[in-house]
Amino acid sequence: MFEKTGIPSAEMIMKKFPPIERINKGAVAVIECYKEIPCNPCETACKFDAINVGEDINSIPKAKFENCTGCAICLSKCPGLAIMIVDGSKSKDTVEVKIPYEFLPLPKEGQFVKGLNREGSYITDVKVLKVLAPKSFDRTPVITIEVDRRFLYEIRNIKVEV
Amino acid sequence: MKQAEIVIIGGGPAGLCAALSAAKSGSNVLIIDKNKNLGGQLIKQTHMFFGSEKQYASKRGIDIPEILIDELFKYKENIEIKTEATAVGMYEDGIITVLEKEDNYYKIEPKAVIVATGAYEKFLSFPNNDLPGIYGAGAVQTLMNVYGVKPGNKVLMVGAGNIGLIVSYQLMQAGVEVKAILDAAPKIGGYLVHASKIRRMGVPILTSHTVKEAIGNEFLEKVVISEVDEKFNRIKGTEMIFDVDVMCISVGLTPLNELLALRGCEMKYIPQLSGIVPVRNENYETTVENVFVAGDATGVEEASAAMVEGFLAGLCAAAKIGYKPDDFIDRKNDYIKQLNNLRSGPAGKHILAGIEQIGR
Amino acid sequence: MRIEEHPILKFNKGKMIKFVFDGQEMEGYEGETIAAALHAAGVKVLGKSLFLHRPRGFYCAIGNCSSCLMTVNGVANVKTCVTDLEEGMIVEIQEGRGVIV
Repeated sequence: MFEKTGIPSAEMIMKKFPPIERINKGAVAVIECYKEIPCNPCETACKFDAINVGEDINSIPKAKFENCTGCAICLSKCPGLAIMIVDGSKSKDTVEVKIPYEFLPLPKEGQFVKGLNREGSYITDVKVLKVLAPKSFDRTPVITIEVDRRFLYEIRNIKVEV
Repeated sequence: MKQAEIVIIGGGPAGLCAALSAAKSGSNVLIIDKNKNLGGQLIKQTHMFFGSEKQYASKRGIDIPEILIDELFKYKENIEIKTEATAVGMYEDGIITVLEKEDNYYKIEPKAVIVATGAYEKFLSFPNNDLPGIYGAGAVQTLMNVYGVKPGNKVLMVGAGNIGLIVSYQLMQAGVEVKAILDAAPKIGGYLVHASKIRRMGVPILTSHTVKEAIGNEFLEKVVISEVDEKFNRIKGTEMIFDVDVMCISVGLTPLNELLALRGCEMKYIPQLSGIVPVRNENYETTVENVFVAGDATGVEEASAAMVEGFLAGLCAAAKIGYKPDDFIDRKNDYIKQLNNLRSGPAGKHILAGIEQIGR
Repeated sequence: MRIEEHPILKFNKGKMIKFVFDGQEMEGYEGETIAAALHAAGVKVLGKSLFLHRPRGFYCAIGNCSSCLMTVNGVANVKTCVTDLEEGMIVEIQEGRGVIV
């Protein structure tokens, strides 16, 4: 179980995703924060009132998907790197996913890299669409990848071959 | 003999915040730190911190000393800093003895002192645990993040608490392979977001496993691990061998506060606070008048709590020696509220249980 | 064993200087400690334990454990993990407790 492995179950993961209709409308944050820890910078960062933690900063963040614009500021601020952005509005076959990536070398836009699941296992090749590393993200680059829709709920990380 | 108003021993997160708080109240402050630079363990923490805005959540640990020192600069008339200065003793007459650099030895007579000396690392017993290549987490972080040197090429991490998980991630950022993370406990002890980050990089976390022995001639070459049962006894036949040149032992910290015992403060062993801690009141004053404490020296917790404890101890120490500004009550209540916030969840239960036992 | 590029940190290295370890000329950065320079050069054994002559190397990194004691420029028991490297230093593994002149 989660406390032994660090891998959430499919059931736990699905609860963090908005309904597919919302994902197909446009970019939206998936906040994979499953346990209560004293932490709330995601709420502080969001300019659109799309995340709520509340008075007790141990509360698990609640997403208000209808307000989320998928701007990814929360993604760059989350100390646990627990947030990803998914966008199913661009194509029938693929989804765009934004993930934090704090390693070198950074991939290049247009490059194909290995897509990994939550266990770090290879699931599919993915195309790097964008690499954003503005100063405001404080050394947490955000990579946008294009993934086959089949892997929407599995894709979580990438491996850049040196 | 130097005279001082408030002496703060330790310039890490707790000490720096205590200095800021005391100076804000109007007191003169002398910070003593044995290292060349202020910041304590903050200078090695490349990751973003948790907590809330007031504890600099989302800021990287490495950036926090500069923020605090910039703040301190506003009170530069009131603040004196001595680095490469080790407080070697604290005596019944209140005198603190200091050895600065190699040979400058002097005494200080403070009105109040705040001990913010942090914690030190625990270790594990197993055959050949003295081989070069077996390090504590602090040493690995110092090598990587301060000196820019890889500790080795392949690491076995022992300990899946926050430090073990965070240092594993930092090792990978430094280009070092982490073969696996072990923990004798049946569950991962650190924040699960840290664990998830590591797992999605393909690093296995082996709970209920411990080190059986290290192997090597002049330095570490292999490690034998085995599974353990609920009573932490090794299960025969479950041995696995890892070819690694580094083993990082991250099995917890214990408070570093002998100065307080030397001074005559009442000390108590509290497992939930990870070791021997001073008995204290809610102002963070020990059983010896005008001797205060803050940070991991009062119980191993998190940097966020250390900072707020520092703010609180600094405020109270300054008040005790006569500096009680108009906003004293507001500040005190704010610091207490922040600490409650940090500790009110499941992550803070054991801390609260520990604190209950050290009330004066 | 040096980290060339790091995703979060920028290492501001001073100038490269020469020193001697165990009769061999080596290089390190001005401003880093002797033990860090040796570690970067792949030197793992810094000394031997007093009685069983077991290999000793870098351990605590902050001047507490005495695992890194070496003779530097003829001076015994120098804590190499908290002593800065200087041009021309002669660093030696010492026998036992070292010779105090």
